[in-house]
Amino acid sequence: MAKTQIAMKVNGKAVEALVEPRTLLIHFLREELSLTGPHIGCETSHCGACTVDLNGKSVKSCTMFAVQANGADILTIEGIANADGSLHALQEGFREMHGLQCGFCTPGMITRAHRLLQEIPNPSEQEIREGIAGNLCRCTGYQNIVKAIQYAAAKLSGVPAKEAAE
Amino acid sequence: MIPGAFAYHRPKSVAEAVGMLADLGDDARALAGGHSLIPMMKLRLAKPEHLVDLAGISELNGVRTEGGDIVIGSMTTQNELLRSDLLAAKLPILRETSLVIADPQVRNVGTLGGNVANGDPGNDMPAVMMCLGATYHVAGKGGERRIAARDFYQGAYFTALEAGEIVTSIRIPAPPAGHGYAYEKLKRKVGDYATAAAAAVLTLNKGAVNYCSIGLTNVAETPLWAEAAAKHLIGTTLDGGSVKKAVAAAEAITAPASDNRGPAAYRTKMAGVMLTRALARAKTRAA
Amino acid sequence: MNEITPTSAERAERLQGLGCKRKRVEDIRFVQGKGNYVDDLRLPGMIFGDFVRSPYGHARIKKIDATKAKAVPGVIAILTAADLKPLSLHYMPTLAGDVQAVLAEEKVLFQNQEVAFVIAETREAAADAVELVEVEYESLPVIVDPFKSMAADAPVLREDIKDKTDGAHGKRKHYNHIFEWDVGDREGTDVAFKKAEVTIKELISYQRVHPCPLETCQCVASFDKIKGELTVWGTFQAPHVIRTVASLISKIPEHKIHVIAPDIGGGFGNKVGAYPGYICSVVASIVTGRPVKWVEDRIENLSSTAFARDYHMTTEIAATKDGRVTGLRVHVLADHGAFDACADPTKWPAGFVNIVTGSYDFPVAHIGVDGVYTNKAPGGVAYRCSFRVTEAAYCIERAMDILAQKLGMDPAELRMKNFIRREQFPYQSALGWEYDSGDYHTAMKKAMDTVGYTKLREEQKDRQAAFKRGETRELMGIGVAFFTEIVGAGPSRNCDILGIAMFDSCEIRIHPTGAVIARMGTKSQGQGHETTYAQILATELGIPADDIAVEEGNTDTAPYGLGTYGSRSTPVAGAATAMAARKIRAKAQMIAAHLLEVSEYDVEWDIDRFRVKGIPERFKTMKEIAWAAYNRVPPGMEPGLEAVNYYDPPNMTFPFGAYICIVDVDVDTGQTKVRRFYALDDCGTRINPMIIEGQVHGGLTEAFAIAMGQEIRYDETGNITGPSLMDYFLPTAVETPKWETDWTTTPSPHHPIGAKGVGESPNVGGVPCFANAVNDAFKFLGSTHISMPHDNWRTWTVAEKLGLHG
Repeated sequence: MAKTQIAMKVNGKAVEALVEPRTLLIHFLREELSLTGPHIGCETSHCGACTVDLNGKSVKSCTMFAVQANGADILTIEGIANADGSLHALQEGFREMHGLQCGFCTPGMITRAHRLLQEIPNPSEQEIREGIAGNLCRCTGYQNIVKAIQYAAAKLSGVPAKEAAE
Repeated sequence: MIPGAFAYHRPKSVAEAVGMLADLGDDARALAGGHSLIPMMKLRLAKPEHLVDLAGISELNGVRTEGGDIVIGSMTTQNELLRSDLLAAKLPILRETSLVIADPQVRNVGTLGGNVANGDPGNDMPAVMMCLGATYHVAGKGGERRIAARDFYQGAYFTALEAGEIVTSIRIPAPPAGHGYAYEKLKRKVGDYATAAAAAVLTLNKGAVNYCSIGLTNVAETPLWAEAAAKHLIGTTLDGGSVKKAVAAAEAITAPASDNRGPAAYRTKMAGVMLTRALARAKTRAA
Repeated sequence: MNEITPTSAERAERLQGLGCKRKRVEDIRFVQGKGNYVDDLRLPGMIFGDFVRSPYGHARIKKIDATKAKAVPGVIAILTAADLKPLSLHYMPTLAGDVQAVLAEEKVLFQNQEVAFVIAETREAAADAVELVEVEYESLPVIVDPFKSMAADAPVLREDIKDKTDGAHGKRKHYNHIFEWDVGDREGTDVAFKKAEVTIKELISYQRVHPCPLETCQCVASFDKIKGELTVWGTFQAPHVIRTVASLISKIPEHKIHVIAPDIGGGFGNKVGAYPGYICSVVASIVTGRPVKWVEDRIENLSSTAFARDYHMTTEIAATKDGRVTGLRVHVLADHGAFDACADPTKWPAGFVNIVTGSYDFPVAHIGVDGVYTNKAPGGVAYRCSFRVTEAAYCIERAMDILAQKLGMDPAELRMKNFIRREQFPYQSALGWEYDSGDYHTAMKKAMDTVGYTKLREEQKDRQAAFKRGETRELMGIGVAFFTEIVGAGPSRNCDILGIAMFDSCEIRIHPTGAVIARMGTKSQGQGHETTYAQILATELGIPADDIAVEEGNTDTAPYGLGTYGSRSTPVAGAATAMAARKIRAKAQMIAAHLLEVSEYDVEWDIDRFRVKGIPERFKTMKEIAWAAYNRVPPGMEPGLEAVNYYDPPNMTFPFGAYICIVDVDVDTGQTKVRRFYALDDCGTRINPMIIEGQVHGGLTEAFAIAMGQEIRYDETGNITGPSLMDYFLPTAVETPKWETDWTTTPSPHHPIGAKGVGESPNVGGVPCFANAVNDAFKFLGSTHISMPHDNWRTWTVAEKLGLHG
């Protein structure tokens, strides 16, 4: 099938490409743009490992064609770190709180948590669990992921890191 | 994982979309949020040769009132339904239902139109629309028409839509202020379709039910409007005996599939349990 | 220049060694999306492979027509069994002594079995071509019930071995029989049952499930025609074994095969063995001269790669009427699917299921196992457990509860009465294991005190009365499980994989500037080895963990090992790590003495240095010693500072734990809410408490999923029902309970650092704890055993049958 020209912004950079309409956004990001942070864990839109931020919303990039994202503003895990290159509070929190083990769900999880904290800056534990219910993890049992997000929420609100770790 | 090849079209108006669907015929499908269609395409259970993406049609967005009705554009996402202050005030059952549909990411993209139009018995909004007496505004090459939700569903993936037609908006008569409502859904986990679910809307006058409407999800090939069940409750105080009669009437119209959620007999019973719980909650909310 | 002298405590802390909550090294790349997983790999000229799979559970292949498929632009070749047969690669050996079809030759034996391998320039072309391969099948009658496999008129499944009466493990009783295995004192056990005052007997079935790691199985195979060398990157929990097997079956010399396991997105046993996808990718690369990538879908993963469990255990316990167990008799029917691809040590076709005496002092016991074929995917593997240990633990823990109920005894009380006592360790079990150490009574008491067990039982009585009065529609259940696991395979005298003994290894090299690189023969898939092995080394070598790089997975550089599964990394490679480090320290001692101009007997070790005995201000740090190793060693000594150790463990290790769970069951929907879950684990020496806690959380979550809903089921026509994440139960953060973790520490007496391993204990103990809790809820109404999984509809059905729905 004929390819289509698309243009979008990904992690702050303008991007242009020719894609087949059937190219999934996740494949476009991983293969065309070499952004291998977001991962593929299923083909039925359940696992959330492919989660990116698109026009200010968490979406599963495996359930969208790249052509649908024409003109969009996309953020992946590769764009989450702070502007000065230091780790975002979430990235720090996941490490401090042992919120990851094999790392496969982590890019999608952090990207989702990043948007969640903008939607709800000081979420309760229940709000966190419901907020990440679209992201499956097989290693951690979620408990330390919740703590990691709480750490980040506290840090972003100005609570000092040591206190945030408690 | 990899869908079949297709050509992609992105009309800018309803007229353009309807024209495209008419020209392209059976090989074309409308694309709304895509969270039902695209998974099917990835499994190659659906192989459209053309996709007509409705996302570029701004007139399909928005929530507004029109007289005593609430009109919702078909491309309104579940998340937009959740965030609407208008709906929170006038139609709180929609918010309650959206919250148990899929997960946060899917709700950012999945649309009300997609949820009501494709005839998937697992979708939640159809039963709620039947419960509310909603009407679907439909556009096609033959022009525009309106179809009552209660007349829309004919079988699994089989609706009253003609070839090339799309739902453009959903019109819901606003229930009276102080109405009781609930959407009670039994599911195995977040993101699952209902094992059984019940929508209930009712009003009380001095403690007695003077209006009641019930919808049931995923316990038949289509969503169900449990008309007879609701009738059993009119004039009652939702006492145990009356609720039992309503439950029996509701169970009687179910014909669920047996699947990994449970055998048919179990799912029928769960429809009854969900209805009981929905009525109880609706009662506490009714003024 | 003056320096403020750090205290001993500060020096120890700087090491970030054994016992501290060291933050993980791996996280730095993972939280930035810079992990290095197989599908991230792109090589110039890389092409893609994809399978054509059988829709039938049992059928003859009449014809394969790939004409239309070959015409798809971008398709390079399509392999079938006919192409592999001349290379003798249409079948591959399994780890259990059977063979498995790589591509189906004359018949298919399970739904989604591999029939053809399409190789194409792009994933899209491969997927398009897969759809166009036309296969003509003639369907055959299907067996999905293992109890029917050995019927006199059962259809023949394995025509390839139909006439072989000798299997890999002895005589085959029937053409669908695989092996018979038993251990214990059959006659003595029968006597015990004849004399018993009380006996129980129950068929305890553990349903078929699948490890389902978030990353599916995948590989990139690249054959360099000029050098005659093969490189394979893949999701391999045991990369060296894969290399040896690849050499044996491809005839490429082993030194010309480079197997690399990069970051792996979860294994849980799914990635131990070899799969047709790996073989086909290698062949495709040899044939085309280009790198070939194969990445399976989730449905392919769940329906064709190794399943777990599917054990049907007829279990009997003999006891005195005051609750002393006197005998255990178990017979297992093991459903292995179409091929016995069980990943067990060779001599153990039923794994270590003879740990089934559990934590209890059975004077006599016997277990027999019959393995059979069915039309299901081949396997099984140890899904987050040691070999068949979850099956054994579930069996004995359910059986003890059933016995307690028959005796009218509290299940915790029955266990306390029968625990192996601390003084009995090392303990010889009636089924042949020597348990290394344990203090069960202390652990159980701590668990019971912490949750307030007595009060909980009182509360339960009140709630039962309230239920009977119609005041509540919820049933409270208290689940107790006390498991003993057997991990750390294992001693060469009885543990080998395809003839290679199950030792493991560590090689350490200290550079002149005191930085260290260490490589082990194991392979982490999330367990944090880069962090924890460095902690062992930090304590042993006196060098800060941050100065120690740990590598695994590259078979060219890592010493030979048997990989990571069955919680063997800490017991075996962790031991090798300590032993190799001690070799280095012995040499360092001599170098230090030489530098300090004293005899080696006059120096003593002090956290990160050797100091002169009695003159502590005269010392040499390991950093100084490292430098000296490269320029000032004692006469006659080799320069350099490195060591390797291949550790042949003298025994397995036996972690244990006490788990207590409280549930509330809604009888009207069958839903079970987990009110509280308390897990006490004893894994001996605790290397990194933060990582242990993470492992326990993860294992309990997998246990929760298994007990409450996971299953891989086939209908009577051989269709696999629900092999996608739509139905396969992976709980989200909303359903997953909160976990409370606790511990006792009973070191292993034979392990160099006393550690036992812990990664899988929570799955082993968690499953029976949940199951016992749900069972416990219904006991007072007369229920004795409810099978897993305890999903809503099954639990509701129990309530229905007990007449609870009025």
